[in-house]
Amino acid sequence: MGRLVIRDLTQSFQKDCGPELVALDHISLDVDDKEFVCILGPSGCGKTTLLRLIAGLDTGRSGSVVLDGEEIRGPSQKIGFVFQEYSLFPWRNVTDNIAFGLEMQKKPRDERYRIAEQYLKLVGLTQFANSYPSELSGGMRQRVAVARALALDPVILLMDEPFGALDAQTRNMLQKELLEIWEKTRKTIIFITHSVDEAVYLSDRIIVLSPRPGRVCKIVPIDLPRPRNRTSTEFATLRRDILDLISDNCVV
Amino acid sequence: MRNSEEKKNNQWLGISALLLALVIWEIAAIVIVRNSFILPSPPDVFIAFVGLLEKGRLLLDFEVSMVHFVIGLGAALLVGIPVGIAMGWSHRFDAFLDPLIELLRPIPPLAWIPFVIIWFGLTAYSAGFVIFIGAIFPIIINTYSGFRGVPRIFVETGRMLGCTKSRDLIRHVAFPAALPSIAAGIRIATGVGWMCLVAAELFGVSNNGLGMALWFYYDLHQMDCVVVYMLLLGIIGLAFDMIFRYYMDRYFLRWQTGEVA
Repeated sequence: MGRLVIRDLTQSFQKDCGPELVALDHISLDVDDKEFVCILGPSGCGKTTLLRLIAGLDTGRSGSVVLDGEEIRGPSQKIGFVFQEYSLFPWRNVTDNIAFGLEMQKKPRDERYRIAEQYLKLVGLTQFANSYPSELSGGMRQRVAVARALALDPVILLMDEPFGALDAQTRNMLQKELLEIWEKTRKTIIFITHSVDEAVYLSDRIIVLSPRPGRVCKIVPIDLPRPRNRTSTEFATLRRDILDLISDNCVV
Repeated sequence: MRNSEEKKNNQWLGISALLLALVIWEIAAIVIVRNSFILPSPPDVFIAFVGLLEKGRLLLDFEVSMVHFVIGLGAALLVGIPVGIAMGWSHRFDAFLDPLIELLRPIPPLAWIPFVIIWFGLTAYSAGFVIFIGAIFPIIINTYSGFRGVPRIFVETGRMLGCTKSRDLIRHVAFPAALPSIAAGIRIATGVGWMCLVAAELFGVSNNGLGMALWFYYDLHQMDCVVVYMLLLGIIGLAFDMIFRYYMDRYFLRWQTGEVA
């Protein structure tokens, strides 16, 4: 299960001098089990803040985040997290990076490596099992980061602009692979992006946030069948509507 | 291919500089100075080296110095790394210890000698303490800055993957991330500690030791033997550094290869 209920989530930061900065303003949101949701919004709208609150990495919020009936108060192994980049431990090779979480659970070594191998296969990097992150390309590193997050078998996967630093071709390829992984593993995925194209290609629903303070501006269901064709007219229409919404600063 | 050839050529360049220095030294000693008290020539030094070796003194001096050095550096590692970790990890501990350390740090290790004699007497621990003072600060500072430089994303990744206790985060995330900096600190500390060795043995904590022997032969005006000990101190110091670097690079910092060079 991976059902997430967010109610009245508000987060503000007290600056050293100056007024209080409201990053998120009364966000309420439901994400269904096995759903793929993209959170889209201009930079500075609090997308990452929202994701970090869901992950339990930040505290000091008001409102509630409930995963499968349990309030989130700190990092939990039911939640996997993929950062934007540079999150692989450079001193561990690919296998040991993927096995890190299992090692923390004190799983025996052969079991750790068996599970790591399985996820390495899922992301198609079996031949790089013993490589160090510095020897991998940006796309491969993010594949490893996905495998590492999945290795603990979380119910929900949070992804913070994971393909943002990649070139367009690699990015498209990884989007396709991610959908395949999602279909195989059936996790709930919350994916942050500022690319409308990426959001329309990937998600079941797009949650558009307004500029600061971040509020839910509109929820756009994407009913196109997968695999989606980026050049189809329906795709283009959806993309244009959402772009218009963002460029009008969410005035509907 | 070209790279390895170039490397070989560069090695020869280095060796030729050494040979050139030896030749200049020889000419200066034989032709210009002509006084083996002021400047012993390379053959004088070699003969003195063989003589000392035959006496069986060199090995004993080396052993005694190693005892002093191991006491000093060992204590510096045992104290310095945990203190550096605590200061790097906790802002409170940093605020607590930083003024004290910054006050003690500029005191030269040799300035401790009077109290060292009063506290430890003329024992190996006295020499060890002087070396300890010289070695501990680079270790503390590099460990500290290594920990401060650990990217936040590593710690957060660790937490998301079930590594939540401070002790586990230090052990599995922060320490390996800081290891290059810690290793650099230990290298500096080894160098400084080794330099303190001669002074630490100068006040007579033992009858042997590389530093002690150097002073002993100076008192006897056997300057060729003094040069033997000078060169030995240099070569042994260099060997420590090379061995340390080799092991660190090979077994602990292998992941760094290819990141910069």
